[in-house]
Amino acid sequence: MIDVDIDQWLDRFHLAVAFRADAPIVGLFGRSGAGKTSVINAIAGIATPQRGHIRINDATLFDAAQRVDLPPEARRIGYVFQDSLLFPHLDVKANLLYGQRLRPVAERFIEAERVVDLLGLGPLLARKTHTLSGGEKQRVAIGRALLAQPRLLLLDEPLAALDGARKSEILTYIERLRDELRLPMFYVSHSIPEITRIADTVVLLADGKCLAIGDAEDVFERIAAVIEDDDAVSVVETRIIAHDEPEHLTTLAFEGGRLVVPRLQGAIGDRVRATVRARDVSLALQRPAGISILNVIAGCVASVNIEGRATVDVRVAVGRALITARITRRSLRELDVQPGHDVYALIKAVSFDQNSVGYA
Amino acid sequence: MTELTPDELGIIALSLRVAIVSVLFSLPPAILVAFVLARLNFPGKTLFDAIIHLPLVLPPVVVGFALLVLFGRKGPIGSILDEWFGIVFAFRWTGAALASAIMGFPLMVRAIRLSLAGIDRRLEVAARTLGGSRLWVFASITLPLALPGIITGTLLSFARGLGEFGATITFVSNIPGETQTLPLAIYTFTQVPGGDAGALRLSLIAVVLSIVALATSEWLTRSAERVQGR
Repeated sequence: MIDVDIDQWLDRFHLAVAFRADAPIVGLFGRSGAGKTSVINAIAGIATPQRGHIRINDATLFDAAQRVDLPPEARRIGYVFQDSLLFPHLDVKANLLYGQRLRPVAERFIEAERVVDLLGLGPLLARKTHTLSGGEKQRVAIGRALLAQPRLLLLDEPLAALDGARKSEILTYIERLRDELRLPMFYVSHSIPEITRIADTVVLLADGKCLAIGDAEDVFERIAAVIEDDDAVSVVETRIIAHDEPEHLTTLAFEGGRLVVPRLQGAIGDRVRATVRARDVSLALQRPAGISILNVIAGCVASVNIEGRATVDVRVAVGRALITARITRRSLRELDVQPGHDVYALIKAVSFDQNSVGYA
Repeated sequence: MTELTPDELGIIALSLRVAIVSVLFSLPPAILVAFVLARLNFPGKTLFDAIIHLPLVLPPVVVGFALLVLFGRKGPIGSILDEWFGIVFAFRWTGAALASAIMGFPLMVRAIRLSLAGIDRRLEVAARTLGGSRLWVFASITLPLALPGIITGTLLSFARGLGEFGATITFVSNIPGETQTLPLAIYTFTQVPGGDAGALRLSLIAVVLSIVALATSEWLTRSAERVQGR
């Protein structure tokens, strides 16, 4: 259980955040400037709030009223920075072991061999940090933080500097850590696909305030107003039911339908969370024929929300899932869809990428 | 060129001893002052900075005279050091080392300060989150990353010490075997008829010493930078 309740006045910015979370991975989501990094800096002890408290389980890291303010080195909070911040004068191995040496043996729960194994760092150990690629640097940074034996791992936009394929690779490693180490993590990002793929609980921040906290599906249902218009999404919990090797596709099933997406790495039966951007979803009144779109999903209109001057968000219930389609007002008028109507949601398989589909 | 005479060897040994001792003793305070100037803000910082840089802009003779007044046997600092610790600077080789240290100090501070200012301080923050105390982070991250500047500063100060003349001759005079370093010995030769040959020989030695020091520092800096992956 992580209990944060803080007020911090920075230059022209008031951070006032209070939330409790008890999830393997807590996603901290908001636009840039929303105060995401300020929150985790306060948790790590890098910045000091003027009021409030920060507790992890029964340990108090900070409490302004009781004048408790542990220095960063005493908090045991791992921090993975956007740009790795590996020590340039040390090789990979020395970077990894920097924190481990500073922790008493009694506090250690993970060995160097295990970390090297989990993150696939074996071939990198003797390398100099400046010879590493961006993805390799982030893996080393995560390993270094783990070996400092943290009780909580903070990841601050760890994928920001990486390209698409590397992003997915690092996410897979983080998912592995969550499943094998049971180490609580805070994942900070302004990318909805990343957050929905990785986080179990999402804390939504805007202008230094906590707007919502809850399951990824619930939170993103409510936040169309906060996030950039183009980013409205729906999240569908699915399982892998088939791989099509020759055509390099994977079929996902959820209650009420199926999704065909580009080939995923997982095994049959794995739980996978798919993020569908609202603007990638079209609607049709009849099942269309002679069309390239692979995902044609029958559903029922749950709600119609006028969003912008030109656009409308139509929520389509498919089994227990809700898929949001962003269409123009003209399309709404021509189709005349109303709550209760049967419709088909059309989603191109190629609109999914490795970042929008991941392990739940 | 014939072999070096015992006198010449003595002068070289004394000069090296003065320069090395002055550098060794001024390095720790120079790192401290550089750190304070690079990282802290406090009232009077500009004045402090100016005082540190004074030896760079003052005539060396003025510095030597100030040392004579302060650190002489009867001076306010010199008398205390003599009485309590038995340390005497006046007219001793240690005084020459003190004069070299003072003259080289601003050069050393400047180079180290520049190096410290170039360090990404978030590296230190990262080290703190990994469990390093302030002091440990300074020793394990900050100092190694500032090493190129520390080497450069040490060399500049060492070279300044080898060449130091004005402050030394004013403070500790020109005593053969005690305070007569290379520049002072060269000066002495030029003051006697027929001393040009001796002055030339010592000047060539000074050139060789300087080149060796420069090459060594260059090599050390390169190794340090290679270690840091630059």
